[in-house]
Amino acid sequence: MDHNTLLLFAGIGALLLLASAIGYFLKWRSGDTPNPVIDNLNARINAWWVMVLVIGAAFVFGDIGVILLFYFVSFYALREFMTLTPTRRSDYPALVAAFYFALPMQYLLIAVDWYGLFAIFIPVYLFLLLPILASLGGDTTRFLERASKVQWGLMIAVYCISAVPALLTLDIPGYAGRNLLLIAWLIIVVQLSDVLQYVCGKLFGKHQIAPHLSPSKTLEGFLGGVSLACLAGALLYWITPFNFWQAALMALTVNLLGFAGGLVMSAIKRDRGVKDWGHMIEGHGGMLDRLDSVCFAAPIFFHFVRYWWVPPLV
Amino acid sequence: MLAALTAFAITSAARLLTGARALWLGCTAQPVQRLYYANHSSHGDFVLLWASLPPELRRSTRPVAGADYWQRDGLRRYLINQVFNGVLIDRERGSAHSNPLQPMLDALDNGDSLILFPEGTRNLEEGLLPFKSGLYHLAQARPHIELIPVWIANLNRVMPKGRALPLPLLCTLSFGTPLQRLEDESKEAFLERARNALLAMAPEEA
Repeated sequence: MDHNTLLLFAGIGALLLLASAIGYFLKWRSGDTPNPVIDNLNARINAWWVMVLVIGAAFVFGDIGVILLFYFVSFYALREFMTLTPTRRSDYPALVAAFYFALPMQYLLIAVDWYGLFAIFIPVYLFLLLPILASLGGDTTRFLERASKVQWGLMIAVYCISAVPALLTLDIPGYAGRNLLLIAWLIIVVQLSDVLQYVCGKLFGKHQIAPHLSPSKTLEGFLGGVSLACLAGALLYWITPFNFWQAALMALTVNLLGFAGGLVMSAIKRDRGVKDWGHMIEGHGGMLDRLDSVCFAAPIFFHFVRYWWVPPLV
Repeated sequence: MLAALTAFAITSAARLLTGARALWLGCTAQPVQRLYYANHSSHGDFVLLWASLPPELRRSTRPVAGADYWQRDGLRRYLINQVFNGVLIDRERGSAHSNPLQPMLDALDNGDSLILFPEGTRNLEEGLLPFKSGLYHLAQARPHIELIPVWIANLNRVMPKGRALPLPLLCTLSFGTPLQRLEDESKEAFLERARNALLAMAPEEA
């Protein structure tokens, strides 16, 4: 790890120490009476320690560590998505292809840096292959709906999430060997936006933005969280290939996309009648609950950086 | 040693693949002698139920399985006898004079808990098949044993019939309240009540 990465992780560690201290103080002040909001806050902070440690360990192993980390993240996300979207027995071949072929293949293509294929592998090849496999079963009940669910799950949980490690494949002039920091910047800005929206919402929230989709999202939380996260992203411009204002605009883009991602994924959960995608992250819910904003922000971020910062090959 | 390692490998794989989340809704995971009865849709059912129990309960909890299926070859015999410590019963009742429930009664008298699938066979449709009467006779013969309904959700999607490769999908196991004892209840009424108690543990479809 280079100097900047260590500095970054030290900063995150300090932030988490502060959060843990606040959480401990709130718990101490509330005394023995159980308070679900404070308990959930502390569960979330503790889970953040674990998540930061896991990401830090992946960073120690470099590019391969991060690609493997996101492979597992995609696996857990896809498992949550497919668990919640009912399929029928004749969807088995399509699901096998999704879990045992598309998922490893996408990450393999990123590891060997084959942009021409990983950018279209799922949206073109798997888009056509999955309904072909589903049709072989001869079961026409809700066919389009079932085929779409598998495609959607793959796009969100594998294609969109894999855009994060795909940032490693970009050759940005003057930024060689530092792409891991670009990943760190994206994750920090998007997750910080989620955290700050939650905090601002809990402190100042009055007006609900989308009462039917996500009752906990408020206008005050949205404005406060997004603007603070944009400021943080801009102040971190020194770990990116961007200048201050470029970093601020990029942060605004990913934060707005992240917010929209939270709304869309909430709509799917409400439709299925559940509150959380899963239970693997204490206090947060499932993998997809933590990553809904990243799913929507990462692919656009990847292509913006590629379009404006990577010179075309001549 | 090898059996313990195999058991560890199988339960770990089952948990990794399915999450195997146990919801103790109506009782807690205590070392009480129990008869867990569950819905049966896949060969993985008892493995998952067994894997979702805490290790100290797992040691004294034995699955009840059909001898005809598990004695077909050496590997299966090894798994059911050495690894899972199963109680094999004769579903075809080859010898009319012996009591087919005797192996289960022996296991209960030995202090073990049991995992039983009262539908008797794998059900590939939604809901539950009518229960076989074994559950009633066991409850009559050993009234001190707690009867716990356990609904296993989603495992039929993980291992569809006739497919070799399991899919990684999350499964939950909902443990219900012990079935109450009622005096002078007929066999039919008891089985119906037990079946409804199990159905009540099934998560509602959205």
